Amino acid sequence: MKNLLILGAGTSGTMMANHLRHKMHKNQWNITIVDQYKTHYYQPGFLFLPFDTYSEKQVKKVGKKFIPKNVNYIQKKIEQIYPEENKVELEDQTLHYDILIVATGSKIAPEETEGLIGPLWKKDIFDFYTFEGSLALRNKLREWEGGKLVVHITEMPIKCPVAPLEFAFLADSYFTEKGMRDNVEITYVTPLTGAFTKPTCSTALSYLLKEKGIHMESDFAIEHVDNDKKELVDYEDRRIPFDLLVTVPTNMGDEVIEKSGLGDDLNFIPTDPNTLQSKAHENIFVIGDATNVPASKAGSVAHFEAETLTDNILLYIDNSPLKKEFEGHANCFIETGNNKALLIDFNYVTEPVYGSFPFAIIGPLKLLKETVFNHWGKLAFRWIYWNMLLKGIAIPFVSRNMSYKGKIFDIKPEKN
Amino acid sequence: MSTKTITGVEVNVTEDGYLKDMNQWNEEIAKEIANEIGIELTPKHFEVINYLRKKTKANEALTIRSVGKSGIVDIKELYKLFPKGPLKFSSKIAGIPKPTSCI
Repeated sequence: MKNLLILGAGTSGTMMANHLRHKMHKNQWNITIVDQYKTHYYQPGFLFLPFDTYSEKQVKKVGKKFIPKNVNYIQKKIEQIYPEENKVELEDQTLHYDILIVATGSKIAPEETEGLIGPLWKKDIFDFYTFEGSLALRNKLREWEGGKLVVHITEMPIKCPVAPLEFAFLADSYFTEKGMRDNVEITYVTPLTGAFTKPTCSTALSYLLKEKGIHMESDFAIEHVDNDKKELVDYEDRRIPFDLLVTVPTNMGDEVIEKSGLGDDLNFIPTDPNTLQSKAHENIFVIGDATNVPASKAGSVAHFEAETLTDNILLYIDNSPLKKEFEGHANCFIETGNNKALLIDFNYVTEPVYGSFPFAIIGPLKLLKETVFNHWGKLAFRWIYWNMLLKGIAIPFVSRNMSYKGKIFDIKPEKN
Repeated sequence: MSTKTITGVEVNVTEDGYLKDMNQWNEEIAKEIANEIGIELTPKHFEVINYLRKKTKANEALTIRSVGKSGIVDIKELYKLFPKGPLKFSSKIAGIPKPTSCI
């Protein structure tokens, strides 16, 4: 018997276990998946939890429930990968592999920014990229009386790059509904040149910030947080005051990647962007947030990657050339508040486009336009995630590579 | 596609003036773009620029942090070389794509 080992039972790892168990011979291949945590979180829900749109129960389930029966599930801490010896050390066990899939994801590293974890952490400074952070923020928002709300991105790349902007939009709606919007000043702080960095999007979407009265501070690379004055400080001593800071700290790959000497300076693994094979070892494949590929770190990307990677694992076993197929396809809903959402569809080379999705002309979802229907799509996606996506069931009519039908590439400013 | 003539050479540029093809770049073009921004290039600038070009050719993501760890400059020095938006201006002068998010 040969061994395929998957590290991480998050979105990517769980999908791979489901895809591969159906396609690999049970009498030739053992499949094992390792994750130290019992709970599988629906991470897109962390955006809604602070605004009381979702409850705690709606965003967490027991991870094992989504792993197929014939896959060996081990809930233990991963200590180190030894790629030259094809083995992985767990806290009290050694696993040998023929093929390794690394799906250890990315997580926040607030300790990378001076002053973030200080007297104000979880008091006036919050993250919403962890369950605990999101929940603590919900409790804060329930009683917060207003002031300066700063929504801040430390540096790229981050998981779900639009989430902070969505947070600012939803905050505008949330405080409006509470009848206290006049008491809240919302500022969006980014290290990039603006909220919208791609020409199609800045053309189509810049009106949103103005409409919602959100202030913008761009090209801001944080140096430290001044806890006494309650200010963000950058390398040129530019200062942004806050009463409540919602920050997205530096995102990094798991420390096991660093310990194993497999990552770059952010612990992401150099990976072929089209085949998803690791660059350093031919029997190690990488998927989802753990890679360094220039695609968004998002579940939808992992979903499209999983389809290509499944084929490539089978091709690798067969000694056939791998498909250079994955092209960075991402398809994401963006909440814009007031029960509306946008939908974007793009890849490594194509910017988000206008058009209909998934069917040309018919839609029913509209790309790059705010609609109520898109918002329902985002909410319906939670069901799709738990019941289809994790289990590796194909989502009808949504293909791994971007379709160019019914989409408009020559974008001009459009009036609604 | 828009084009722009820099130092007598016609190059393809994006709406905000970034080179579309990093192979059309040379040091004279870099100096001209830097002039427009108001930066006079020193050998140290070129060390940073060449590092950025090397990373981009290798298809590696660029972050202010990785430049800070490059051994060429720390982040404070990077800011002094390219004030008010180090990554934005250094990318433009290096003839590589503007750092973007997904929208």
